[in-house]
Parts: sequence; C-alpha cells; structure tokens
Amino acid sequence: MEEEVYEPVIGLEVHCELKTITKLWCGCKNEFGVEPNTNICPVCLGLPGSLPVLNEQAVKFAAMIGLALNCEVKPSIFHRKNYFYPDMPKDFQISQYDQPINVNGFLKLDKNVTIGVVRAHMEEDTGKTTHIGSSGRIHESSGASIDYNRAGVPLVEIVSAPEIKSAEEAKKYVSELRAILVATNTTDGKMEEGSMRVDANVSVRKIGSIEFGTRTEIKNLNSLRSLVRAIDYEISRQINVIKNGEKVKQETRHWNEDASTTVPLRSKEEADDYRYFPEPDLVEVDLGNDIVRQLKQSLPVMPLERRQRIIELLKNPNEDSAFIVVDLDLDGLLLEVVKQGADAELALKRFSNEFAGYVEEVKALQPERLVELLNLEQTGQLSATQAKAVFAEMLTTKSSPSQISTGLGFGGLEDSELSELLKGIISNCPNEWNRFKDGDGKVQQFFIGQVMKATKGQANGKVVLSLLEAMKNS
Amino acid sequence: MQSRIDTFKFDSASSIASQVSKGRVSAMEITEQHLARIKSLNSDLNAFITVSDNLARSQAEKIDKKFKNGETLGPLAGVPIAIKDNIVVRGVETTCASKILKGWTPPYNATVIDKLIEADAVIVGKSNMDEFAMGSSTEHSAFGPTKNPFDLDRVPGGSSGGSAAAVAANLVPIALGSDTGGSIRQPAAFCGVLGLKPTYGFVSRYGLVAFASSLDQIGPFAKTIEDMKLLMTVISGHDSNDSTSLNFETTPVLNPSKTDIKGLRVGIVKEFNEGLTSNIAVSLKNAIEKLQVAGAVIEEVSIPSVKFCLSAYYLIAPAEASSNLARFDGVRYGARENGDNVEQMMIATRTKGFGDEVKRRIMLGTYALSKGYYDAYYKSAQQVRTLVIREFSKVYSSVDILLSPTTPSTAFKIGEKLDDPMEMYLSDIMTIPTNLAGHPAINVPFGSDDSGLPIGLQIMAPALKDGKLLSIANFLLSQEGN
Ligand SMILES: [Zn+2]
Repeated sequence: MEEEVYEPVIGLEVHCELKTITKLWCGCKNEFGVEPNTNICPVCLGLPGSLPVLNEQAVKFAAMIGLALNCEVKPSIFHRKNYFYPDMPKDFQISQYDQPINVNGFLKLDKNVTIGVVRAHMEEDTGKTTHIGSSGRIHESSGASIDYNRAGVPLVEIVSAPEIKSAEEAKKYVSELRAILVATNTTDGKMEEGSMRVDANVSVRKIGSIEFGTRTEIKNLNSLRSLVRAIDYEISRQINVIKNGEKVKQETRHWNEDASTTVPLRSKEEADDYRYFPEPDLVEVDLGNDIVRQLKQSLPVMPLERRQRIIELLKNPNEDSAFIVVDLDLDGLLLEVVKQGADAELALKRFSNEFAGYVEEVKALQPERLVELLNLEQTGQLSATQAKAVFAEMLTTKSSPSQISTGLGFGGLEDSELSELLKGIISNCPNEWNRFKDGDGKVQQFFIGQVMKATKGQANGKVVLSLLEAMKNS
Repeated sequence: MQSRIDTFKFDSASSIASQVSKGRVSAMEITEQHLARIKSLNSDLNAFITVSDNLARSQAEKIDKKFKNGETLGPLAGVPIAIKDNIVVRGVETTCASKILKGWTPPYNATVIDKLIEADAVIVGKSNMDEFAMGSSTEHSAFGPTKNPFDLDRVPGGSSGGSAAAVAANLVPIALGSDTGGSIRQPAAFCGVLGLKPTYGFVSRYGLVAFASSLDQIGPFAKTIEDMKLLMTVISGHDSNDSTSLNFETTPVLNPSKTDIKGLRVGIVKEFNEGLTSNIAVSLKNAIEKLQVAGAVIEEVSIPSVKFCLSAYYLIAPAEASSNLARFDGVRYGARENGDNVEQMMIATRTKGFGDEVKRRIMLGTYALSKGYYDAYYKSAQQVRTLVIREFSKVYSSVDILLSPTTPSTAFKIGEKLDDPMEMYLSDIMTIPTNLAGHPAINVPFGSDDSGLPIGLQIMAPALKDGKLLSIANFLLSQEGN
C-alpha cells in the first residue's frame, strides 16, 4: 500500500499590546510591572455605571499596524464578546468582529514568500489571575488573586491566512511580524513578557487535497522556540491520529513546555457561542482618509527593505546578520560607516556580532571612529583579536582607535621581529614546515597559532601569512 | 383607598432655590424639613431604599457656608432631590433594588450627580425601583414595592416608581429617574407628575447602571415646567465620559423660540387609540379640544410599525441586559455566595442575587443573541427599530408633535399583574416606540379617572425638541381642570 503523505496548514493569531500612554477606554496608565491593582479606575474595573471612551492614540496605532501590513484601513465598529471569566471585569470583552479596522493585508517573508493577513483588529486585554495552590489549575486551586492593571490595555490581534506551511515558516512569520511591529513603534513585541502572544491554528491534510483538515488551536506559546516545537508536535500528533483511523477533534490545546506536548484545554463546541453583538456604548470609529494618509506617510521604512539595503552592499548576502542588525536598529549606522569607506562585509560581521552586545554605546560613537577601527582591521594593521580589544576601549574612552591601539602596544611588532620569531618556530617544527612547502594549506593555521601564542595574540595573522609565503618562495 | 397625597404642601424647586439663594431660609432648614417628611411617610410609601441624611446634611452645611461667605449659589441651591437607585452617588449604597448589589458603595459619582452637586442641590436619598429597572410597577424590587401616594393599594408604576411617588407626595420637589421603555413616563402618569425622557444622548449616562444601553436615558420628575427646565438645564449637556453623549449647545434646545400653540400641528397616533379605558379616552379628547381652541391643527396619523415595537423592545433590551448584567458575578463587588470553584460561586451568586424578572430577561436576551437565533431575533428587532425611526421621521414631516395617552390604564392594584409578565409588559406599549427611536417624550398629568387616579398624556417630538415638549406640556398643564 502506498504511504499517504500529509501537509500541514498553519494560521497564526498574534496579539500584541499597544504602547499607548493610557489604556483603551480610560485614563489609567498603560504600564507593565507595577504593583497589582494600582492602575485601575471605575471604567477598566467595569464598575456598574461606567462607560468606555475610545483612546484615539490606540486607534492610530492600530491603523499604523494595518498600514505596515498592507491592509485596507476601514471605518469600524466594536462588538461585545460575551463569556464569563473572573479576570474579565465586565464578563464580556470589547473586541472587533465583522467590521474590523484593518482587512486584506499581507506580510512578505522574503522575495518569494508572502503570507496573507486576513485582518488586524482592536480589542481590550483582560486582567491576570494568579491561582493560589499547587497545580495552577483553576478548578484545583484554593483561591485566586486577580490583578486588573492589564484590564483594558489596548491589543491588536493580527490574523494570518492559513497559508503557513511549516513550523519554521511560522517562526519566520512571527519574527518578521515582530520586526515590523517594533519598527512602527506601536508595541515592544516581547513574547517572554507577554506583550506579544501567539496562538497557532494547525491542521493537516493529504497533499493535493483542497479541503482543510479539522484544526486545533494551540495556546501558551511563549517563545519562538516553543512555537516551533509545539507546531511540529501538533502536526505529527494529528497525522498519527488520522493514520490510526481516528478523527482530529476541533479543540483548543495548551502547549506544555516541560512535557513537550499539547494537551486539550476545552472542546470548541462547548464554548464557542460568544453571543457577539454591536457594543451599544461606543460609536463607529472612522479616522478619515486624511489621517490615514498621514499615518501612512509617517511609517518608517520596513525591516525587509532595510535588510535589503544592507544585502545589496554585499558580495555574499548574509540574511541572518542583516536581520540582527536591523532588529537592533543598527542598520542606519552600518550604512553610514560603509558610505564613509568601511568594508561592507567586515562591517556587517562586526555589527552583528561584537557591536550587537553594545547597541546604545555603539550608537553614541561617532561613525568616523567606527570607520577607522574597521579600516585598521581590514588593512591588517590590527588583528581581529586586537580590533576587539580596541573596540572595548572605545566604549569607555574618548581616544581614537589608533591612539588606543598604540596605547595597548598593538602594531609594535615590526616585520623583522616577526620574521625572526617565525624562523625559530620553523627550525623547531621541520615536519610542519615541509608539509607547508608541499602545499598543505592546513598547516598555515598551525604556524599562525604558534606566532599568536608567542606574541600573546599581538601579531596580525595576515602579516604572518604573507611572511610565511615569502619564506616558502625564497 | 388610603391617600398620602395631601400630607405635605408643595414647595417648588425654583422657589426653594430662590429663597435659599436670598438667604431667607437656610439649606439646612429645607433639608431637615424634607428629611422629616421622608421619615414620616417612607414607611407607608417605601419610596426610598436609602435615605442619605449624612450626605444631605453635609451638602446643606456646605451650601450655607458658601452663602455666608458671600458666594453665589447654584441654580438648585438647597433643593432636595431624590435619585433613582441605579444612578451612582459616591459613598452612598447603590443597589439597583437588587440583592446582588446589597452593600455596594460606589467610589465615584455619575456625571449627573457631579452636576447636581455643582448646582448646590441636596441629595436626600436613593429611590426605589424595579430591580435593575426591569418592570413597570416597582413591585420587582428586592426591598418591597413602592406604594402609589394616591392609593396605597396601588402601584406607582415603574421602574422609577420611587422617584415618581416621592415627588407626588411632596417628599422632594424634583427627582431623577431613568427611562428605557417608559420607566419615567409611566410612573409619572400613575403618580400624576411631570416626567421627561430626554432625547437619547442629551443627558450623560455615565454612572447610570446600564439596563439596555442603547435605550437608557436619565430624566427628570417634577410638578412644574419651571422645575423641569431648571433640572434639565443642570443635568443635560455633552459629557466626554459617555461616547453616545450628543455634542451641542443645550440652552437653545431647552428654550425653543417658537412656543405658540397657534398653528401647531398635532398628530394623534391611530394605533395608540385602541383599547383605552373610557376615562383615558375622555382625557385625550379634552386635551385635543383645548389644543384646537388654542389654534392647533389636529391630524390623525399612522405609524404601523408601533405594533412591532413591543416585540422588538423585548428582544433588544433583554439582549443588552444579558450582557450588561454579566458583571454581577460575585468576583469584584456586591454579594457573593460560596461555591466549590469560581464557576459554581458565580452560578450561586447570580441564582440567589437576581430576582425572577431579571432572570427572565437575562434568559430571554441570552437566547436572542445565541448562535443560530441572532438573525431571527436580535437582528430583526434592530430592523424594526430602523423601520420605526423611518416611520416617525415621515410622520414628523407633516406634524410637529404627537399626542397620546402615556398608558392604556391608570395605576393598577399591587399584585394585580405580577403573575402575568405579558400583561405587565403591555403597560409600556405607548412609551416604548420613542425609546427605540431615541426621541424625547414627556408625561403630562391631565385629569383623573372615576377613582380619582391621575391620568397622564404623552407628548412626543423629534430628537432635540425637548424644550418644545416642555412648552406644550406647560400649555396642557394650564388647561388641566379648566
Ligand atoms: Zn482605568
């Protein structure tokens, strides 16, 4: 019998908290990590008689996200999503339903892959429950305390089309989305702190089939790593279910990081009637064409394009390094130092590694200084190790790279001194020298290593190599 | 028939304010006098759930101090006012006549309360009502029914029955109520006082515990048009805390330039003339005659969709209520019953805390919004609403106002309709359409029935014609009994 082959179909729902000054419906501060229940008022506590008033900044932020994701920004309304939950003060969530602010967008992962964005709508966040008791499960705990600081914090939920084809592609989508959101400066995109939360809808189907399989929704994906692992787990779980002749159940599943499995939370059929209806306490939201146009103009260059600008400078494109540099918002500086004469390849290498650990300090340096440092390394006047040491000094002193270099005693080794040193090493290692002369490239590293050891890393590898070549030919 | 209608003489809000402002009487004297009235009659009437004597005395003291300091006092200087118990007053227990909110003391003021305090009014208490404003008799109060001051065996109407009864019995000259389907006008009719449901959005709803958000509106009770105008001027106007609050100058609305009866085109709604008691039909006929004599043009008009209004209302209002009342879950405030887990706790709290009528409407509303029923119920009800608005606007192209009875009958006996919710719902048949349309309407006392019970007429007008309603009501009041 022919083995049946399955393919996964993945859609992602990404919730991100907006970095507005105040909450969505009231004047309470929207801030993270303060004393529980200090940023609360009658409105965000849903006290009887209180009414919501929409935060204009939140609407603008939501529209910016939509525009950054190539959506149409439309007049929209809010609905109530009704269900009982203790951390939801009104026992309904104000959310957008069939008339969301942003629809029909897309997100480009690279030149070849584009994922549809069905919608990006606004809604309010809930409070946070801490269960008192060991299991952490609400039905088994002896009590709970609720912090409503987060209640009413503005969220945008971005819903992808079911067009993602693998866990790796899901990771790429989330990384790209995060980069875009951070670039718009509307959210800080921290998955670990929960300011960005991802739910994955996963189903599998036979390759070639047009119909979707039954999907499950996976929650509690707190990092890109758990996103990938959970999706991979869920794909193989579903394939196994089908191969065993059973049916996949439509349900919400919880990713258990420790056990590396997904477990059912609740069956969708039981809890799916949210009795949506238009929120009577709010009116239609319409920013108007002029404001939407202004917001569109105010958008920064998107990360994909920023990476492209770097990659265009390179002989050997390095997407990952470019991603890091853009993610750290160091790409502007990188482009500047290249413009001022630094080698693009070397600059990208240093920016994405050594410099990446000191983003703020590097941004404070004059570009000329970085150009000088990179050129000293590029021309062989400093070894990689030496350049690192000079860089470290640059972060704390005002001196120029060459001054620092002299101060550290770099560049003090003349070629003649190195030649003497090399001659000594060659006479101690005749076998290696013969292999080198016979063209065994691997022994190069041996000699460079010996010189470095003898000079405590002060020699320049490139110079050593040229001396070796010269001796071989003499 | 025991009456409490003539126990105290009537002192209008405007005369009290004028006397207090001139220093002829202190706010404290007025306050004590009215607190004493409440004390002597509330056991008979049960018009108040809470008498806020501490707050009242401290307000009176402040007002008198202001006067002594030579400051100008506000337009309601020293005027005692009753507040329906679904409008929050900081520090005063607000129950909505429900066990589920027993003991809840709001930490904030409704916008109307801030405005009243700013105007130097004195809040003497929270008036009785049907639980969460769901009812037409004030019998659905967890704290017992309010009695009609004209006949203690009869209901005062509802849901703002406490406010209407308090004004009728001269316990206070003015009071606030809320009107979702007639909850101001119907008790005003049963108690023989003026009661206005303003244009939706004219008075802020911030701090009004929501029953049906798209229909609820706070409004005044009083005995004179001057007092109505005074109170409306204080409480109306734009509020940035209420997204549905209208934004415009309120003064022109309340002081319309044209108040002449001559040439006024008055529509009589055909559909409302069915099933009236003979006394009420006579009152309506009298009013029509007085208007005609004064030069008004009377025209019979038809609004066919009003016959769907009751059904539409009993889908929309419960639907919104089912969501608005979800928050009463025992987690954050009010009563809490024990349960093995949070879900059981919520169920026990709501089962014990809500009365039957509230539960009935929550179930109705939950059903109307449910998957598979939404289109047939909630959505078609909203379509009726659109239709009503369209038909009203068509009618208002040929007439200026509409005139009808406020209720099909006068005040009924306590317990008479309690076992028949449908019969009770019919009390609001003539008041509901204007809530669906968002228009203003007023009850004007006009005559009485054979048992001496007040009859109320309703004047309706297009949105923002609240002032015009007051002027025409003024005319009818002047003609009453002539
Ligand atoms: Zn707040």
